[in-house]
Amino acid sequence: MPLIEKGEIVADAYVRVADDEALPEGAPVLIGIDRLLSEAEALKGRQAPVGIIWPNNRPIAEIEPYLPQLALIALNFPSFRDGRAYSQARLLRERLGWTGPLRAIGNVLRDQFLLMERSGFDQIEAVKPADAEAFDEATHRYTVFYQPATDARPSLLRQRLGRTIAGIRS
Amino acid sequence: MYAYDEFDRAFLAERVAEFRDQVGRRLSGALSEDEFKPLRLMNGVYLQLHAYMLRIAIPYGTLSAAQLRRMAHVARVYDRGYGHFTTRQNIQFNWIKLDELPEAMAALAEVGVHGIQTSGNCIRNVTTDQWAAATPEECDDPRIWAEILRQYSTLHPEFTYLPRKFKIAVTAAGHDRAAIKVHDVGLRLHRNEAGELGFEVLVGGGLGRTPFVGKSIRPFLPARELLSYIEAIMRVYNQYGRRDNIYKARIKILVHEIGAEEFSKAVEAEWAAIRDGALHLTDEAIADIRDRFIYPAFETLENEPAELIEALADPRFATWHRNSVHTHKVPGHAIVTISLKPVGAPPGDATADQMDVVADLAERYAFSEIRVGHEQNLCLPHVAQRDLPALWAALDAAGLATPNVNLVNDIISCPGLDYCALANTRAIPVAQEIAKRFADLDRARGVGRLHINISGCINACGHHHVGHIGILGVEKNGQEFFQITLGGRADEHAQLGTLLGPAVSYEQVPGLVEDVVDTYMELRAGPHELFIDTVARLGVEPFKERVYAAH
Amino acid sequence: MAAPQQQKLKVNGPVAVTANRLTDGAVVWRTKAGGWSVELADAAVVTTADAALALLAEAGKRDLDAVGPYVAPVLVGTDGALAPGNLRERIRVAGPTFELPH
Repeated sequence: MPLIEKGEIVADAYVRVADDEALPEGAPVLIGIDRLLSEAEALKGRQAPVGIIWPNNRPIAEIEPYLPQLALIALNFPSFRDGRAYSQARLLRERLGWTGPLRAIGNVLRDQFLLMERSGFDQIEAVKPADAEAFDEATHRYTVFYQPATDARPSLLRQRLGRTIAGIRS
Repeated sequence: MYAYDEFDRAFLAERVAEFRDQVGRRLSGALSEDEFKPLRLMNGVYLQLHAYMLRIAIPYGTLSAAQLRRMAHVARVYDRGYGHFTTRQNIQFNWIKLDELPEAMAALAEVGVHGIQTSGNCIRNVTTDQWAAATPEECDDPRIWAEILRQYSTLHPEFTYLPRKFKIAVTAAGHDRAAIKVHDVGLRLHRNEAGELGFEVLVGGGLGRTPFVGKSIRPFLPARELLSYIEAIMRVYNQYGRRDNIYKARIKILVHEIGAEEFSKAVEAEWAAIRDGALHLTDEAIADIRDRFIYPAFETLENEPAELIEALADPRFATWHRNSVHTHKVPGHAIVTISLKPVGAPPGDATADQMDVVADLAERYAFSEIRVGHEQNLCLPHVAQRDLPALWAALDAAGLATPNVNLVNDIISCPGLDYCALANTRAIPVAQEIAKRFADLDRARGVGRLHINISGCINACGHHHVGHIGILGVEKNGQEFFQITLGGRADEHAQLGTLLGPAVSYEQVPGLVEDVVDTYMELRAGPHELFIDTVARLGVEPFKERVYAAH
Repeated sequence: MAAPQQQKLKVNGPVAVTANRLTDGAVVWRTKAGGWSVELADAAVVTTADAALALLAEAGKRDLDAVGPYVAPVLVGTDGALAPGNLRERIRVAGPTFELPH
């Protein structure tokens, strides 16, 4: 599945490792929550980067003690209709101060790319290659954003006071 | 009227372009139906029994004459010449084709009208009092706050895939015409002792399979804190609302399961973290929205002008005037309700020609403004009293002056099995038969205020739980049956109706309703005791005894 | 309430598979030839749950022509003519049961 980072299709440096598999030496890994919770101390000594797939039914605040040892956080959309990870993403960015890479995984489709970007995701693992190709179009379809969110796009709540449409596109 | 600016217009054009692209991808096969369905729903497009249905939002129930005329155009060109006004200040077209939808939407967008978020698991069209800015009862124009919420909730990145749909209603009057207690969030705008504007916040109301009256979680929220507080509610709900069972996914179930107090604590904790953030409404931001509501330049007029007094000698006009004309906050003016319930017609339906007539009359007599109420009637909020006779004559000629507002045949009804893919039974023909039993409006007037609500299934789009008489269609062995409840109400004293007894057949419903009404006429303490008050005083037992003895 | 698509399949009489056409939502019936027709008369009729499920599975393979297929009861007249088998299907075939606004 193609990975998009900051608008570009890129190679995924991370290897997804199941809980019962051995961690490959020296390679960046993306692991599950159980492994993180049970091996947190051991993982701190690891030389290569560790990323976590945080489940969407677990309060995101619980991730806070582990943030210093994480290089990537992936949040899951089991179905594109299940929007819990949007709140988790915003809380990570706006409440917990996470500035590292934040990846959307699961049933990730083109018509939700913009919502993900606005909620603070900067990596998107698209299900369909054609969707990944259309990333630019999908995230620049709108020039007007009514509400402030995590992204830098100016919202109308403030912008309107300037009374001009010029310069609203970020 | 709220005047859309260049931002709103740009947004709508972009939304239409996006939907056109999505329809194209669906027709080409790039999107499966499972992928497309939530996208079309978020634009108000359902697939019903006979065709696609397009639901158009009428934000806070306010329409301009030009907008209503454009709806007439869409009804004529893309549909079958009529539309249906719903219980949530929307209008529905029943016969739209998917491949023509982008065109129809583009035509509507030109006048600032759209179907955005009229369906789907997102924040829906925010509703309010159809008498806003016209009634003397209110402390502020509730539409200002509904518009702030509309903007905030439109394509909200975090809250577009909630556990389930989310409905917000606002009232600013003591008498609640917006049914705020049966919404996911109900907002009652009022002033505190210091004279500051704020909201009482209710959560967890709703009808459907598991009806609840909303619970108050905050007596006074300063008005400028509205958005941060709503965001806190939404964030708690988005994370903790149930997603394992579609029937338990509404916020009312979460509030019920953890308790209003726990829910309130979670909201307050979240709110504490964001209340001073980007959603804090400055006076400038509020003033900016407020300034884009354009109010009529009312003339200085006296109440009861000679033209009106003279016309009241005509008993037909006088009857309509007593029934459909209400007190305006400006002397010499009036609020006019236009009944969309002519006896025997489908409740809430209007033909394209009738829409054009109302648009014309609004331009001539009512500052080009039309309102839609949850009772499925229209309203002209600002009419000079001297123009009432001429307005009435024109409405009467178009079949729009039935003087039955709030009477027994002003029936609220969902579309039912005649249109809806979810319904178990029909609702509209039931309403038509009941209305005909009371076709003698003198009799209906003798009965007085009585709201009948009919839903063709447990999803309760006809709000049967809060009808003074509620009628719910259920299927039994392939036959249509109906449960009757009494004593429900949707106003500031909102409560759910009590079941009268066993379900009855389709044919029995009109007679049973007549028996209920006759029983009330015998039992009431006097002509001034309304049906709902008699039921409150006596309970349903005396009704049950009389009605079931007869059937 | 639950639409027929969400309900458990019970077959105790002749049934057909019906859906709505993707482009305009029109009511369509699955034909013997494996296509869709707006005429109930063209519908493939089966009488067992297994046959109905097979017809439904075939109909559901491609969702570009018709949407939301489900099994619906039909009545077969003595002359072999088909009629809708319940109120919902009668309404889908004949339209609303009251006079439409005009």
